Amino acid sequence: MSINFKLNGVDQSVDATEDTPLLWVIRDHLKLTGTKFGCGMALCGACTVHLDGQAIRSCVTPVAAAKDKTVTTIEGLNSKQGQAVKQAWEDLAVVQCGYCQSGQIMSAAALLSNNASPSDDDINTAMSGNICRCSTYVRIRKAVKQAAESLA
Amino acid sequence: MVKAMKFDQSRRYFLKSTAVVGAGLTVGVYYPDVLAGQVEANAFEPNAFVRVSPDNIVTVMIKHLEMGQGTYTGLATLVADEMDASWDQIVCEGAPADASKYNNLFFGPFQGTGGSTGLANSFEQLRNAGAAAKSMLVSAAAETWQVPVEEISVESGMLKHNGSGKTATFGEMADAASKQPVPQNVTLKSPEEFIYIGKTIPRKDIGKTDGTAVYTQDINLPNMLTALVAHAPRFGATVKSFSEQSAKAIPGVEHVLQIPTGVAVLAKDYWTAKKGRDALQVEWDEDSAETAGSAQLMQQYRELANQPGTPARNDGDTQASMAQAAQVLEASYEFPYLAHATMEPMNCVVQINEDGVEVWNGAQLQTGDQYAVSAVVGVNPEQVKINTLFAGSSFGRRANSHSDYVVEAAQVAKALGTGQPVKMVWSREDDMKAGYFRPMYFHKIKAGLDDKGKVIAWQHRVVGQSILKGTAFEEMMVQNGIDATSVEGATNLPYAIPNLSVDLHTTVNQVPVLWWRAVGSTHTGFSTETFIDELAVAANKDPVEFRMELLEGHPRHQGVLKLAAEKAGWGSSIPEGKGRGVAVHESFGSFVAQVAEVTVTEAGKYTVDKVVCAVDCGVPVNPDIIKAQMEGGIGFGLSPTMVSEITLENGAVSQSNFHDYQVIRLNQMPEIEVHIVPSTEIPTGVGEPGVPVIAPAVANAIFNATGERLYKLPLQLSA
Ligand code: FES
Ligand code: FES
Repeated sequence: MSINFKLNGVDQSVDATEDTPLLWVIRDHLKLTGTKFGCGMALCGACTVHLDGQAIRSCVTPVAAAKDKTVTTIEGLNSKQGQAVKQAWEDLAVVQCGYCQSGQIMSAAALLSNNASPSDDDINTAMSGNICRCSTYVRIRKAVKQAAESLA
Repeated sequence: MVKAMKFDQSRRYFLKSTAVVGAGLTVGVYYPDVLAGQVEANAFEPNAFVRVSPDNIVTVMIKHLEMGQGTYTGLATLVADEMDASWDQIVCEGAPADASKYNNLFFGPFQGTGGSTGLANSFEQLRNAGAAAKSMLVSAAAETWQVPVEEISVESGMLKHNGSGKTATFGEMADAASKQPVPQNVTLKSPEEFIYIGKTIPRKDIGKTDGTAVYTQDINLPNMLTALVAHAPRFGATVKSFSEQSAKAIPGVEHVLQIPTGVAVLAKDYWTAKKGRDALQVEWDEDSAETAGSAQLMQQYRELANQPGTPARNDGDTQASMAQAAQVLEASYEFPYLAHATMEPMNCVVQINEDGVEVWNGAQLQTGDQYAVSAVVGVNPEQVKINTLFAGSSFGRRANSHSDYVVEAAQVAKALGTGQPVKMVWSREDDMKAGYFRPMYFHKIKAGLDDKGKVIAWQHRVVGQSILKGTAFEEMMVQNGIDATSVEGATNLPYAIPNLSVDLHTTVNQVPVLWWRAVGSTHTGFSTETFIDELAVAANKDPVEFRMELLEGHPRHQGVLKLAAEKAGWGSSIPEGKGRGVAVHESFGSFVAQVAEVTVTEAGKYTVDKVVCAVDCGVPVNPDIIKAQMEGGIGFGLSPTMVSEITLENGAVSQSNFHDYQVIRLNQMPEIEVHIVPSTEIPTGVGEPGVPVIAPAVANAIFNATGERLYKLPLQLSA
């Protein structure tokens, strides 16, 4: 059956079984590959996207949950928080292999949208669901703070 | 990872090949469709590594896999510096699989990445390539402008004739340069002339903050099918029978195919293939399956450690001097299996076509993968075209001499037989259970001190599986029964101890094992550096001073140790409940010391608060990348230090995903400070050497805080 939602500002209608995770609809049906697959169990955060502005793990979110809602992926992240986060990520050369970073950036942008000046604890809470096997964590923490400052 | 050739041998390749660089190697033009745009016909290609196109883009062909370690940036730095190019005009492209042009000079006629050799083996090769390109551009300008070459200067990608004020970009001179003879000899810059080497410049592996970077997982080709493979739950089991009905009952499942390693289910998308695979019923033949469990294996290793093993190093007379010691200490260490758990689970795209085979992969040993795939499909290795894509990390996993997951993808494509591209994807669970782990090890170390606290004897015994046995590297790296990767870090112990022996018991079972970022040093670094700390305490000496004395004649070890200690305020007082620990270790030709600070909270828990790291890796080509690799290496090493462990039960892996194979998360990451020792030595790698030092530094810090010595990884305090 077909499910309608808005993806990065564009209306989409997808034919997929309702239980298909949003991740695979985005990646395999709509061929938008910036959102990554890491665990499929909401354990790593690589698949993080925004559903009506909130960070969610798309690997465990059935596409049916996105029905008539707004989905934003890394490709469509252009809110001012999103831009500040990306800029800070570039300035501090955060990425290594990069595979986790779409998810990291989506989590960080959602954090800043909810909380303009996060404390270390806030950053821990919002970002510890995102694994980085290259362990770029030191720079992620710095970059979140730098992005917050740039928006202040 | 691959440390296939030791330095003396590698230097030979190094010199041999640098002599031929610039002798007019022309690349067979190759452009992976997914990565590169169209290339102008009159581009200037002085050698296999550099291409200058009329639009003024300088493309550097990168022969190594970019897996996060920064090789795109590092290799491009070498070329750009010698060319005096503008950093902005540099674009990197993954080189094709072709060992005749893109071999790792330390591996012989073999293309591959590993052993932290990327920058080291390329240091002169790519500077030569850049210098040759520049020299031809300068000659072209001189000829065009009818002036002597000496009057041409180059800055930031601009050629300039000083007298007339004429200028041209590299792009404008590309066509003319391509008609110049390739110089036989070029003079390389001396260090004070470097413009990019040693500076912080933006990375060249771009597209990683906007979702545009392409990994294997992201390949979409016309008519492509996604395959998931049902693997045997126990190592060594094979398919007895299967019934495809239940899988085929899932709408969208197109094929169910038996392959040597299991049963593949194919569909147009991952989710459908996964549902099909999960529904599939397979009966496994477990007659010759592995039966071992981690606990029994460790018990077996422990018993073996009571007997002498095969000697790996023997200085003086360890037994006799031990008998004369005033004080003898002994300790045993346990290390579990470890999964690489790369962020991108293993995957590979294979298409069999009329010309041979095309592969899309984060390929780390291209030459080995070419051979392995050619054997599956029945073509020549040169007919296997590999598109090397960014890898969502590797940590050694992709450098597999059996090319395991690449072969599996090729088997699926072959069984399919339609010529359609197949993207084989492992779920996290598939990846976690597939093996090729860092082996489990047991160590026993015994040492004797004389009455002045001087170490007079050291006996180190290692028990564990061989990584290299049965691989293409065996001949070179397993000598006199000693797999060098089992004992590295122990056999080259730098401490001045007159009587020293290292021996090895190599065990055998069916669990596939592999190098894991920093290889042997991941365990030898821990046992040697915590034991030496124990000896310092027994000798009543400060752990840093004790090491400094024993490191006489090893100035680079001493240099990093001293620097890390100084920067960490070693010796200053530290509050109750906190502890400070130090460790120093050399791996892959680089020297690293770390001082860790921990806090022991109640209930046997601890946090790692801060790590001060000093590194000596020769000429620091990209200081910021060196720092990033130290930070990343420390974080990567903290996972096995604190939480990671693979265990077996009855020949099957107990863990499946990140809930039971835990890894360090942001809230567990310490503050890190990295200091680089200035050096003019040939640059050595930084991908691995930061890893092995953190576990002993943390264990020593825990001892400093609590008085409790820990001998087993991951480190668990008694409650
Ligand atoms: S892939 Fe969704 S959390 Fe890991
Ligand atoms: S950058 Fe490699 S996993 Fe995060």
